[in-house]
Amino acid sequence: MTRLSGGLIDRNRPLKFTFNGTAYSGFAGDTLASALLANGVQLMGRSFKYHRPRGVFSAGSEEPNALVELREGARQEPNTRATVAELYDGLSARSQNHVGPLHRDLLAVNDLFSPFFAAGFYYKTFMWPRAFWEKLYEPLIRNAAGLGRLSMLPDPDSYDKGFLHCDLLVIGAGPAGLAAALTAGRAGARVILGDEDFHLGGRLLMESDLLDGAPAEAWVATVKAELESLPNVRIMTRTTVFGVYDHGIFGAVERVSDHLPEPGSTVRQTLWRITAKRSVLAAGATERHIPFADNDRPGIMLAGAMRAYANRWAASPVRQGNDAIAIFTNGDDGHRTARDLLAKGANLLGVIDTRKGAAAQGDYKVFDGAMVTGTKGRLGLRAIEITRDGQSSWHDAGALGVAGGWNPNVHLSSHHRGRPVWDEARLAFVPGQNGPAGMIPAGAAAGQGGTAQALASGAAGAIAALAEIGITAHPIALPTAKDASADQEAFWHVPGKRRAWVDFQNDVTVKDIKLAHQENMRPVEHLKRWTTLGMATDQGKTANVSALAVMAELTGKSLPETGTTIFRPPYTGVSLGVLGGGDTGKGFRPERLTPTHHWAKARGAEFVEVGPWMRAQYFPQAGERTWRETVDREVLAVRAGVGLCDVTTLGKIDVQGADAGEFLNRIYANMMGTLKVGMVRYGLMLREDGHLYDDGTCARLAEDHYVVTTTTANAGAVYRNMEFAHQCLWPDLDVQLISTTDAWAQIAVAGPKSRELLSRIVDGFDLSNEAFPFMACANLTVCGGLRARLFRISFSGELAYEIAVPARYGAALMERLMTRGQDLGATPYGTEALGVLRIEKGHAAGAELNGQTTAQMLGLGRMVSQKKDSIGAIMSRREGLAQEKRRLVGLKSLAPQTMAVSGAHLFEQGATRSMETDQGWVTSACYSPHLQGYIALAYLENGDARMGETLVAANPLEGTEVPVEVVSAHFIDPEGGRLRD
Amino acid sequence: MLIPHPLLGPRNAQEFTYLGDAQLLRRPDPQAPDAEAAFCDYVFQRSNPAGVHQELWFHEQGDRSWLVVTRNTVTHEILGAELACDVAKREGAQ
Repeated sequence: MTRLSGGLIDRNRPLKFTFNGTAYSGFAGDTLASALLANGVQLMGRSFKYHRPRGVFSAGSEEPNALVELREGARQEPNTRATVAELYDGLSARSQNHVGPLHRDLLAVNDLFSPFFAAGFYYKTFMWPRAFWEKLYEPLIRNAAGLGRLSMLPDPDSYDKGFLHCDLLVIGAGPAGLAAALTAGRAGARVILGDEDFHLGGRLLMESDLLDGAPAEAWVATVKAELESLPNVRIMTRTTVFGVYDHGIFGAVERVSDHLPEPGSTVRQTLWRITAKRSVLAAGATERHIPFADNDRPGIMLAGAMRAYANRWAASPVRQGNDAIAIFTNGDDGHRTARDLLAKGANLLGVIDTRKGAAAQGDYKVFDGAMVTGTKGRLGLRAIEITRDGQSSWHDAGALGVAGGWNPNVHLSSHHRGRPVWDEARLAFVPGQNGPAGMIPAGAAAGQGGTAQALASGAAGAIAALAEIGITAHPIALPTAKDASADQEAFWHVPGKRRAWVDFQNDVTVKDIKLAHQENMRPVEHLKRWTTLGMATDQGKTANVSALAVMAELTGKSLPETGTTIFRPPYTGVSLGVLGGGDTGKGFRPERLTPTHHWAKARGAEFVEVGPWMRAQYFPQAGERTWRETVDREVLAVRAGVGLCDVTTLGKIDVQGADAGEFLNRIYANMMGTLKVGMVRYGLMLREDGHLYDDGTCARLAEDHYVVTTTTANAGAVYRNMEFAHQCLWPDLDVQLISTTDAWAQIAVAGPKSRELLSRIVDGFDLSNEAFPFMACANLTVCGGLRARLFRISFSGELAYEIAVPARYGAALMERLMTRGQDLGATPYGTEALGVLRIEKGHAAGAELNGQTTAQMLGLGRMVSQKKDSIGAIMSRREGLAQEKRRLVGLKSLAPQTMAVSGAHLFEQGATRSMETDQGWVTSACYSPHLQGYIALAYLENGDARMGETLVAANPLEGTEVPVEVVSAHFIDPEGGRLRD
Repeated sequence: MLIPHPLLGPRNAQEFTYLGDAQLLRRPDPQAPDAEAAFCDYVFQRSNPAGVHQELWFHEQGDRSWLVVTRNTVTHEILGAELACDVAKREGAQ
């Protein structure tokens, strides 16, 4: 154990955990990384490409090295940063990307071949032979590279999503964020304060600086208590604001239960869409390192991270208590770490400062004007080489902190193509003026990294942001604080021949950047893609600016001339699970159930998806061996007696108003205004381009009241288009529309005995042919007072009705009809039988109205009225459509056991098969139990004139063909006598 | 994106269905001698400018009103929104 004194850990709450199967213990308040360090574990993983041993490098979400597989089984989470994984009792984690044990990774052999694996290696090497790429190279490379493994099991957790609104979103709860939130909160503004950490305080928790003469956490606790007491402030810890979107919408992920052993009854994570009028970006800064030879050994980390582990987590970076610690810095910030470590009793080798004449700021040794030029220690740092004035010497060291300056976290400010600008005084990119609208950067994110600066700029940012939306906020009393010296020199990397890593996660070295320069991959976009710099899961948070500096040196240009790197959402990785936000399985595609669904299910029906609906497909009975047997029975039962089918899914649109008739004249190709009250008419709707769009019936229940029905698939679209026509084209018409598809259950009662059955449930309504003829409709009551609508319409060609009742009575009506119709042979039928019945009758459905067909093709050209304007009327008369010669016909299969499948194309017998000889295509096909043979509907060139001709229906995809005879599409009752009986 | 609905205030764009160029409001006169050519343009020609554009959005998961939204397609800035029926009535009166 190398646990130090102090820290924000709860020593009364020890927690057990395992790493690579070894048991350790830590405390509440630890992260996995801090607990491992406190247990003397430096080696935490292997690098991506060369499989180099790696230790933790940072203390935050920028971590490039310490990636682990967290948890077991289905909850195994690869590439989890140990630096942000909150410790809980029983946590288990494994290092990743190695073959064999972590300390003896067999793939470490890659490191020996590193001269071959330089930037662009894959592009150049695996070019040839081409066929080898997919089968050999790619699997090999993928096996050797890659990071963590997926569990390959379904995600057992649930996720949620939600919307939040505020006046001011404060991103980050360090000194700037807390000052901003408090200023805005006291002004009464609606504030959301989000931070990825589980404590408020940000960098204040990592530093030893005093606020008002006391440890900073005391001030943090006071502010937290006040913010919690304000009803207008919402504090969201464990929440990463990961992206900025249009119009002040921010994406955020709240890790609701990732810190618990099991999520229990809560969700794991929540995706929040936060709509904020203004925002303060107080996201802090990320420290950068200074590349030098062999700078990637476990034990080498950012100096600010070392300070954070010592101050917040009381964890020492060394394996054993008295191992020496060294600091390598180009500025005063490294000395700050040295002072804090000394105060914790560390054994300090000294500070290697690149600045000539740099002096100690405490009781430790300074190597001024010096550099670290080499390191030793395969699995953990053992010694460092210090070079000063050309003289090199080796020194034992168990850990090395590197301080290369701080990069403001400009990420979110660049999400709207905002370009960071170079600040030469601070040697850093700071947010530019062209970032997302309404966002004010503050604190270290704006280059105001001193504690006092951060507090002041946070408060000022909140006041300025709120003033823009008319809320007056007043300055608040800020605690007294000091700004630590930020003096540093522009020292970017240590020259040398050995490999010096820039991007740890993707194993990119200074040499790779030199190679990219040599090969003219100099613009930063090319540099990134050629070397993969900054393209790992950390987006190069600790690497990009240092790499730019190296490229700038090589090209002899200034750093801003060399390029800027901007960041895309997300700020840190976001799991696909939370982006789905619970929309999985049936949540992703909800099912709509018909009113008789449960009734049908109880009868053993098979169901089929029709648009969003589940419809009964057929109702098997005991002893039926195939679905065809069932469907044949259902079809024959309708033709011989009476059948019942739930047709609720057809769209129903209520059209009311003085101009309803005129409006429908313009919607339908045929006349609707002349329809008599109490009657129904079949109608065709066209698209404005003249093609067929939808068909259905239109019933006139009163002078100013129509009910339009649509096909199931187009129910939503037809309604939307009718609203378009009303609001956008003819707003002066007095008409109102409402979709009532869900309000009415509708059941088709079809067959010669349908009138007899209905007469048993209507309340004294005269159903005689004289009183209620074909295409009549009426409001009535049934079953002793239940209001209903009755339509005498037929899709099957038989005497038939459709009866509608309020949806909640749909199942009861079906049961009543079944009971009362038992002696009539009442039979429920599904969509299959419905399809067979309509094909036998030659009625069009979706397959015939596929968006490429016209009214003429259906043989209904004369329905398109020439006397009036309607949607699509003008375009339907254009030459190409008017001369269309294909017509709907029926086909009878001449091969007794073979069906012409829908989609098959028609050719003359013996003709070569090409586009030129194509005669049309089969739209719908089925077995007709009525005709005891296979039949089909088809569009055929000059179809009307070709009755009796023999053609071939060819299906070249399957190499099959069927001889067919052209017949009328009306296979049964072509005169329509049955309908009108 | 947020769409400033003239009746309901700012609404999330996810509540809307997008149609496109608001030119679709201007259905040609079917009686005109060149009606067929005019309809051909109306049906097939759409403006798709990089910049300020008037477009039709349907508040399908809301109050079912059609809006004419003025949007800069480059910046996504929304400069205004009107009920389509108001626009249609105004243009019809001219």
